[in-house]
Amino acid sequence: MNAIILSAVWGVIMMFSSILFKNKGAFKYIAAIGLIVLTVANIANTYGCDFFNINTHEMLRYTRFGLFFNTIAFLCTLIYVLLSGKEIEKHGNYVAEYYALIFFVLCGVSILTSFNNLLMLFLGIEILSIPLYILTGSDKRNLKGNEAALKYFLMGSFSTGLMLMGIALIYGGTGSFQIDVVRSATLFGTFSGISFLEVAGLLFMLVAMAFKVSAAPFHFWTPDVYDGAPTVFTSFMATVVKAAAFIAFIKLFEVRIADTSAVINWGMLLSLLIIATLLIGNITAVFQQSVKRMLAYSSIAQAGFMLFAVFSLNDFAKEGLILYAVAYSLATIGSFAILAKMKDITFEGFNGLAKSHPVLAATNTIFLLSLAGIPLTAGFFAKYYMLASVVKTGHYLWLVILGVLFAAVSVYYYFRVIQAMYFKEGDAQAEDVTPGFKIGLIIVAALIILVGIYPQVVLNWLYF
Amino acid sequence: MIPSLLILIPVIAGLASLFIQNEKAAKGWALVASLATLCLAVAGACSHRVTELQADASWLPALGSRFSLSMDGMAKMLVLLNAVALPLAIGATYKNSYEKSGSFYGLLLLMQAGMMGVFLASDALLFYFFWELALIPAYFLSSKWGGEKRIQATFKFFVYTFAGSLLMLVGILYLYFKTPEHSFAIQAFYNLHLSDSEQFFAFWLFFIAFAIKIPIFPFHTWQPDAYEQSPTVVTMLLSGVMVKMGIYAVIRWLLPVFPAAVARYDHLVILLSVIGILYASLIAIRQDDMKRLIAYSSIAHLGLMAAALFAKQQVGIQGVMIQMFNHGVNVIGLWIVADAIEKQTGTRKFSQLGGLAQKAPGLAILFVIMAFANVALPLTNAFIGEFMMFNGLFRHSIWMAAIACISIILAAVYTLGMVQKVFYGNTAPATDHSVDSSLNIKLMLAILVIIIIALGVYPQPMLQLTNDTVNAVLAKIHSI
Repeated sequence: MNAIILSAVWGVIMMFSSILFKNKGAFKYIAAIGLIVLTVANIANTYGCDFFNINTHEMLRYTRFGLFFNTIAFLCTLIYVLLSGKEIEKHGNYVAEYYALIFFVLCGVSILTSFNNLLMLFLGIEILSIPLYILTGSDKRNLKGNEAALKYFLMGSFSTGLMLMGIALIYGGTGSFQIDVVRSATLFGTFSGISFLEVAGLLFMLVAMAFKVSAAPFHFWTPDVYDGAPTVFTSFMATVVKAAAFIAFIKLFEVRIADTSAVINWGMLLSLLIIATLLIGNITAVFQQSVKRMLAYSSIAQAGFMLFAVFSLNDFAKEGLILYAVAYSLATIGSFAILAKMKDITFEGFNGLAKSHPVLAATNTIFLLSLAGIPLTAGFFAKYYMLASVVKTGHYLWLVILGVLFAAVSVYYYFRVIQAMYFKEGDAQAEDVTPGFKIGLIIVAALIILVGIYPQVVLNWLYF
Repeated sequence: MIPSLLILIPVIAGLASLFIQNEKAAKGWALVASLATLCLAVAGACSHRVTELQADASWLPALGSRFSLSMDGMAKMLVLLNAVALPLAIGATYKNSYEKSGSFYGLLLLMQAGMMGVFLASDALLFYFFWELALIPAYFLSSKWGGEKRIQATFKFFVYTFAGSLLMLVGILYLYFKTPEHSFAIQAFYNLHLSDSEQFFAFWLFFIAFAIKIPIFPFHTWQPDAYEQSPTVVTMLLSGVMVKMGIYAVIRWLLPVFPAAVARYDHLVILLSVIGILYASLIAIRQDDMKRLIAYSSIAHLGLMAAALFAKQQVGIQGVMIQMFNHGVNVIGLWIVADAIEKQTGTRKFSQLGGLAQKAPGLAILFVIMAFANVALPLTNAFIGEFMMFNGLFRHSIWMAAIACISIILAAVYTLGMVQKVFYGNTAPATDHSVDSSLNIKLMLAILVIIIIALGVYPQPMLQLTNDTVNAVLAKIHSI
């Protein structure tokens, strides 16, 4: 409960802090303090110290897995705020409000990692989404940003509608909103045909969740929104938010798939979703001219890999999803932070960056290698766990083989940036960066390599 | 102890070298580090104490993977090759200057470390790690310091091998979940009892990765471009050492783990290899570029090794072992000459070269000996290896051996043709003002010539060195 309440409270504090502080630079530090407080409170909660003892009637249930993900989300946001704080300050006069919205998103994240009731899932998704609609359109004078925000809002509402429909049908099928209550024989007798309501509901949920994690063919909003939103907010949307949506996805389907597997072949359905996502994400990313748009499509491709966890649903999948969240968030936050400093965000704009800004180029290389899943970076073990989780099930090996072939395709577009930075001639223009920013990037890169050599530094926390 | 140091020295030296600004200092540092590795490799090759030749540390207990290295005969030999190759390559190109030389030599050392790891790892996940890590520095070296079309050529090389190794990763995972104790240790893989259909499936996941690396026809298309466009030092390491990773991996991982699949697909693989041998030899004859000719000749030689391996005869595998070392040494010699000629005359095209023997007699003599070794003339090291490999192939299939034997004649045609076009005839405008090569190049070539003749006359120590591996592999193959 700590994380949910404190994140909401700190969001309010952030809002009112703009009355007290006139200096824009101060908000970054208030937000950082808030995130540290949240992290500490959440860790306390993990080890059994809940400050707010509220009976939620099992609508929320705290697990080690969910709470640990909260910690990761808060720490990633902290890194994000410290790295990109300056960029946030550039977007208009409402800096404190932007931070407040980020805290509200984190509140949604905390609900999503602990929901045990479909209504809570709905609340979590909405609390998570609404601030994002605003952040997307935060650059008010930018037409593309406005279009993106409206598009995101309309599509998002539509998917929420589907989700509500799904929840209603599941309620009809099982007689409960609790996610771990399976079809009760007492309510419906022995009539097994009723499970079709539950299956239909789950299909609606699948569509809604696939929309939230931008899985194809429900991905159409992603490139436009990621491209149209200010780079700094895209970075947040593509990392913490997306990973949280995956946690909700896996929590929801963990129980339900086993319950309905007699009626519907989830394996086939999910593998089609995965293939479509990998195919569209990777192939479209190859043809992009702008690095920002490439990263948007690549985030679809990465979602395809994370879907492996939803597909296999074993212990490897859960550990892997945590690791994936860490690896992918760190690398993407770093990469977007550098992108935000670039004057020209096409591939040509990166030509010769290694000469003019060696630190930016070197750290960006590590981020991109991690996204591509090269050993010695965190991204390798993230992909490794995803592949291992499917191989462990013993079926659908062709899916794994397709997955690695697409991973090889992904090398193509990530390496285009590396080629531009190191091997092509040009004078890449980047804004002046402070030494603090460089040190931040180096720390993130070092973390990625540390996790890449010894992933246990992250995973051990799940058990101890 | 020794195996860990063999990896650690180049890693630390390489990382340190990345921060050296001065060109001379970077060269000297790299040379000293590579000589230190060489001394250690010799010590390892001579050692027989098991404790010295193994290293084992906990790495990822939750995954069942350990940081375990070990050095048997085959590993000793390839470690030696790897350790010899780098000082030779640096020594022969000592006078060349590279932009940002600190990074250049640092990446060379890191590449060496990666390849050391591949030869030493006795844990599948660790093996995969090093397999990829050897590739990354090679990619950066070739893309940064290579020829005109370097970016496309090396990228093709990278994507090809990366795709192959990802398939291998799936194969490794597949086997991992088949082991009862869920372990990546090589012994656990050796003790697996896979059904035939499981072997037939997993065989291909591994084989494609290794076939791309070797390269076996039709997976060879990355190779001539990559060799041509890479800076010559890197090409020496690529063709001298890195492609041996493929052959090594077949012996270490493929033959012992999938005996039934090997028995089923050996004819197919030998057929592909023989096609590759002839195809590459014929193309080599038509080349006008010295580097491309050597690249195609290399495909032919490696194809023969692959064919001899899948013939599964003791004498053939023994031949492959010794030939891995010999080919590494010989091809490095050829690249040194190619680089020396290109640096002097500014061209590698045969049509613009000729009569160099009058201008550079020393280089010509040394090069002719290299060429003889490339043709596998008796008294050179390659003769022993090729003779044993053909012997092994002959015992497996007379027809395949007969067809492959044509490549001996073709090798003579293109190699001697190259000697003639470069060194004899009238001098061309490009070679008019050439002088004999500098001392360091001649010195390195002289060392190579000594190795070539010494191993050609008395190969016994080399054969003895790898005897244990050959017997162990054969025992696994025939255990079905």
